[in-house]
Amino acid sequence: MRLLPSGSTALLAEVDTLDDVLGLYAALVAGPPIGVVDLVPAARTVLLVIDPAVTTLAAVADAVRTTTPRPDGQVTGDAVELPVHYAGADLAEAAELLGLTPAGLVQRHTGAEWTVAFCGFAPGFGYLTQPGAQWDVPRRSTPRTRVPPGSVALAGEFSGVYPRESPGGWQLIGRTDVAVFDLDREPAALLRPGARVRFVAVSG
Amino acid sequence: MSLTVLATGPLTTVQDLGRPGQAALGIGRSGVCDRASAALANRLVGNPADAAVLEVTLGGLAVRAGADLLVVTTGARCPGAPHAAPTLLRRGQELRLGPPASGLRTYLAVRGGITVEPVLGSRATDVLAGLGPAVLAPGDVLPVGTPADPAPGVDLAPVPDPPDGELTVTALPGPRADWFGDAGWAALTGQAWTVTSESNRVGLRLDGAPLDRLRSGELPSEGMVRGALQVPPSGLPVLFLADHPVTGGYPVIGYVTDADVDRCAQLRPGQQLRLRPAAHSSP
Repeated sequence: MRLLPSGSTALLAEVDTLDDVLGLYAALVAGPPIGVVDLVPAARTVLLVIDPAVTTLAAVADAVRTTTPRPDGQVTGDAVELPVHYAGADLAEAAELLGLTPAGLVQRHTGAEWTVAFCGFAPGFGYLTQPGAQWDVPRRSTPRTRVPPGSVALAGEFSGVYPRESPGGWQLIGRTDVAVFDLDREPAALLRPGARVRFVAVSG
Repeated sequence: MSLTVLATGPLTTVQDLGRPGQAALGIGRSGVCDRASAALANRLVGNPADAAVLEVTLGGLAVRAGADLLVVTTGARCPGAPHAAPTLLRRGQELRLGPPASGLRTYLAVRGGITVEPVLGSRATDVLAGLGPAVLAPGDVLPVGTPADPAPGVDLAPVPDPPDGELTVTALPGPRADWFGDAGWAALTGQAWTVTSESNRVGLRLDGAPLDRLRSGELPSEGMVRGALQVPPSGLPVLFLADHPVTGGYPVIGYVTDADVDRCAQLRPGQQLRLRPAAHSSP
């Protein structure tokens, strides 16, 4: 693990793999260092944001160095089930890029559980990974200016669900009616780091 | 108690200290851009630090009091309103903020705070995430809360106006300073950057001699906080302000120190910014 500077109020812990991120993040959530106000897991890093009135970057760095990652970064509880209409605009193209038929892609997408590795891009947008599976899907060469809300998409090693209409460059393979971000629901964000997700194909 | 909005100028939003603690869900902190000025405004009318204020960009706000209200402006000084001096606005009386001579953002605090409905624990408008109350529009009626603490009894806070020329702030090396090397750091800290008109609450876009990368390739997205100097492929840094994205995929060469970000938030398009390296900070 490397600790990298991120200004006067934050510290970036860099590890080797996404699994290491999940393990470190889970340990930090379970026992956050005093004075840490925000933890941001990402692809290879966990950002720790401090309240400088409460702690120092040096104290937090010491605490991170002595944190033992949890080998299983997944949160417990049931998997979130997301019904998907697999009729996205890029389904055929994404399947071809993976050397699959559209039906084969759907089978692979629904065949195993995904884990929310981290969130970003927009409130409630989770970057989902499928442990063990080798997804590698290039982004669209020209991003769409408008991706409809609920779009289920692929890019790189990740799958995701667009919480609201936004621009986006991921390959759209389907759509879900489940709101992954809903301000009238507690919690508003359905997909939290460590949560497990299962996609289910529905017709129509 | 309430305040009626008659005019908003280019952009007026309700802001408070934002939504810390939710970044892992993709929800950024947001909140006031110039925290020091907003904190002063709240102190001057006896509000708690987390009371919501109005953030007015380049003046132009006009409001009418629905009751006798103690108000104050801080940040960019607008003609037409007493500045950094708490003032009683009588019921029915109007307050009109002219365009400031220097600085960009003016904070209007009302004793009791603006009490619009919070969203995810905050009354801040996050223009990037589309969270929080809508951007203010003429005709809006803003509820004002009941004061909790005694008024401080201060007539005037002697604070300097934001500079209208070049601003120099302190920069620290960021997590990816090594992507640019010593030459890149020297280029970052050795020139006066010009703030462009594409700047907003998300960030200040800087124009100057582009920074060269030593290494190519993609950076996996990583978390960042306000003050980050992110360098996209153009080589022209973006200084992240309150509504910055939670994670970013371009390397961060450096950081402006937290207190100095407040001063940067007062820069207007066309003004120049110098990034002075902190003592003993070679990347």
